[in-house]
Amino acid sequence: MAAVSSMRKMYGLCFHAVRQTAGRKASRLLQHRAFRVTAVHQQQPFDSSLEKPQFPGASAEFVDHLEFIQPNVISGIPIYRVMDRQGKIVNPSEDPQLSKETVLNFYQNMTLLNTMDRILYESQRQGRISFYMTNYGEEGTHLGSAAALDPHDLVFGQYREAGVLMYRGFPLDLFMAQCYANADDLGKGRQMPVHYGSRDLNFVTISSPLATQLPQAAGAAYAMKRENLNRAVICYFGEGAASEGDAHAGLNFSATLECPLIFFCRNNGYAISTPTSEQYRGDGIAARGPGYGMLSIRVDGNDVFAVYNATKEARRRAVAENQPFLIEAMTYRIGHHSTSDDSSAYRSVDEVNYWDKQDHPISRLRHYMTARGWWSEDDERSWRKQSRKTVMEAFERAEKRLKPNPELLFTDVYQEMTPNLDKQRESLWRHVQQYKEHYPLDLYDKYQH
Amino acid sequence: MAAAARFFSRRANFKLSLSAVGIGAHSSFGAALLKPSPNCNSRTKTQRRHAAHFTFQPDPVPTQYGPTQKMNLFQSITSALDNTLASDPTAVIFGEDVAFGGVFRCTVGLRDKYGKDRVFNTPLCEQGIVGFGIGAAVAGATAIAEIQFADYIYPAFDQIVNEAAKYRYRSGNLFDCGSLTIRAPWGCVGHGSLYHSQSPEAFFAHCPGIKVVIPRSPVQAKGLLLSCIADKNPCIFFEPKILYRAAVEQVPEEPYIIPLSQAEILQEGSDVTLVAWGTQIHVMKEVAAMAQEKLGVSCEVIDLQTILPWDTETICKSVVKTGRLLISHEAPITGGFAAEISSTVQEECFLNLEAPISRVCGYDTPFPHIFEPFYIPDKWKCFEAIKKMINY
Repeated sequence: MAAVSSMRKMYGLCFHAVRQTAGRKASRLLQHRAFRVTAVHQQQPFDSSLEKPQFPGASAEFVDHLEFIQPNVISGIPIYRVMDRQGKIVNPSEDPQLSKETVLNFYQNMTLLNTMDRILYESQRQGRISFYMTNYGEEGTHLGSAAALDPHDLVFGQYREAGVLMYRGFPLDLFMAQCYANADDLGKGRQMPVHYGSRDLNFVTISSPLATQLPQAAGAAYAMKRENLNRAVICYFGEGAASEGDAHAGLNFSATLECPLIFFCRNNGYAISTPTSEQYRGDGIAARGPGYGMLSIRVDGNDVFAVYNATKEARRRAVAENQPFLIEAMTYRIGHHSTSDDSSAYRSVDEVNYWDKQDHPISRLRHYMTARGWWSEDDERSWRKQSRKTVMEAFERAEKRLKPNPELLFTDVYQEMTPNLDKQRESLWRHVQQYKEHYPLDLYDKYQH
Repeated sequence: MAAAARFFSRRANFKLSLSAVGIGAHSSFGAALLKPSPNCNSRTKTQRRHAAHFTFQPDPVPTQYGPTQKMNLFQSITSALDNTLASDPTAVIFGEDVAFGGVFRCTVGLRDKYGKDRVFNTPLCEQGIVGFGIGAAVAGATAIAEIQFADYIYPAFDQIVNEAAKYRYRSGNLFDCGSLTIRAPWGCVGHGSLYHSQSPEAFFAHCPGIKVVIPRSPVQAKGLLLSCIADKNPCIFFEPKILYRAAVEQVPEEPYIIPLSQAEILQEGSDVTLVAWGTQIHVMKEVAAMAQEKLGVSCEVIDLQTILPWDTETICKSVVKTGRLLISHEAPITGGFAAEISSTVQEECFLNLEAPISRVCGYDTPFPHIFEPFYIPDKWKCFEAIKKMINY
């Protein structure tokens, strides 16, 4: 619903842009062109007696006037929102009217994530974990979208979607275990921190190469379509990753192969230090969707309800109609790219403060809640105390836990152990027995062979 | 001059209406121009094209897998794919042009038989094809991806090496894409030149987590492909394109598997071990016959079949027996897979070696067009290498 009206608006904006080029006769023809999403082109029988184009490659009219289509970046695709920056509903008919319990759950997940981020970021600074990436400012994109999906929907992420996993119920102990790479880590200690994964929660393990998940999401969605079990796939990525070739591949394949898939782009303004002005020249990521024949929308990513509404509708239609959707959630990366980054090198503290203080998804939701009498100062204080305590307890447990058995270096390369790897495993075992004082064996689970 | 005169005299026969000016396809213009004069019926030497550098030698008919049918290599592939689609409802085949049957006819008839949701074209994008295949496999489908030529597999290199190969390991076995198989036509074809002749197995041999398999014949191809499809690890299956039509054997109609990572000794010998894979096996068999006849040298010929993980035991056991090893492949010699075999064998069998290990491979150049007869590791080069080893 929201997607269609936004499409109509964009269509109208094109008309507007065309008008600006000093009313030519061709303008009337141009308004019938570009960005109109038509049904899949059926090849008409060839008939050159008509003065209509017969090309198999495009269904269009002839035009006799030379004019380039103007890319519309001044007033681009509009941004759908439900709440204003003070958390007040703008158009009451768009309020999803979620229950108090649901909204409180959003808030608590977002703030718990924020608390966990603060503690783990600090722990890296203190040399206790090797690396971390925070989610500051983007919690709305995680919670709004995750809540709109079914638990069986498969999630492909990039690396800044921990809130999705948290919403689905991934325990703090397992977040910590992965960051500490201890013996409880489901990933068996093989990857850097924040590369979470959970089979039970349908969250595919994160990998470092960017945008590789987009064509994979298309393939998974295609397989699910064939299974016919009412499952969708959501694929998260940043505006920087959207420049990768794999992104083009994923978008094109999902459209041509008619996959029940939601592409969710977190446009947070930066790819490490690279601002969007150096990442693309067009109207962001949403404007690329129509180029693939895909229904697209741009939303206020800091408005949890807007994200929720758009994702809910996209999910419903993606599965019902077997077509992909593109949601570009505009937001801001308040934190550094990672613990290896100091963003004061490329942006001002004032800019960051604006977003932190004036347009934060957590504050906006809190205003919404307090306006309804759902959350008081006392609630806030006791929740903060409680969440800090649970995070710290999980943290201390994770820190004390030993690392996995070094034998796990060699398993899962293939499903089976190969003779070659077995020999290498044997060789390392013998070596460590001989030189054991030079290896940090006391940090690891007993090295069993 | 004379040709031009002939052309003009023929013009009267051409329909000159606008619709028949057809400079494009189906015009008899070209054929008419090139028709030789009545007296001349053999071509000059520069008009002839070079014959193949090997003779395909079929294996004895297998009797243990049930009734067989005469099939060439591409038909044996079709048979394997047909068996798979019939028995596994999750199996799907996709890639460029597979719907109409494929540029090498490996998928002929499958779309009609099994449906357009199971055998379908993708956009022209190898990174997309492999990425899509990985995702389908992760979601539990048996995904069979076709890359139109191995020469074009490189855009998918990141997806193969960084994603497919590492999926199980990095997730702690929570997720895997073991039901992915990638197929690609491979190797020299007489005129393929830089981009239709490559043998890229060495690039992938360096990547733990995937398997790389190359068959020498139709019977081998069907059994090995079915093994790859059944294997719970992502596999790359390279198909020697020069054998698609040239290799004909009696191939079992029912499905059967030939185990991976088990090299096959095709012919036992006592003086030299010859190791190769794919098309080059047929060259080696001829070399073995030549060595026996002209030098009285007894060669043990081994088809490696699986490049990764490779069967070190069979090769080393053979070299311990013979003391001499020759490895041959079309791919360039530097960093080619022969280097890996050579290195391992010298570690394991150093004291058994009577001569340095010999590698007869392509030169360190891109695969040339007109110079192919000089480029390829033909039987004369291999024969000469054996002579040197015997006389070391």
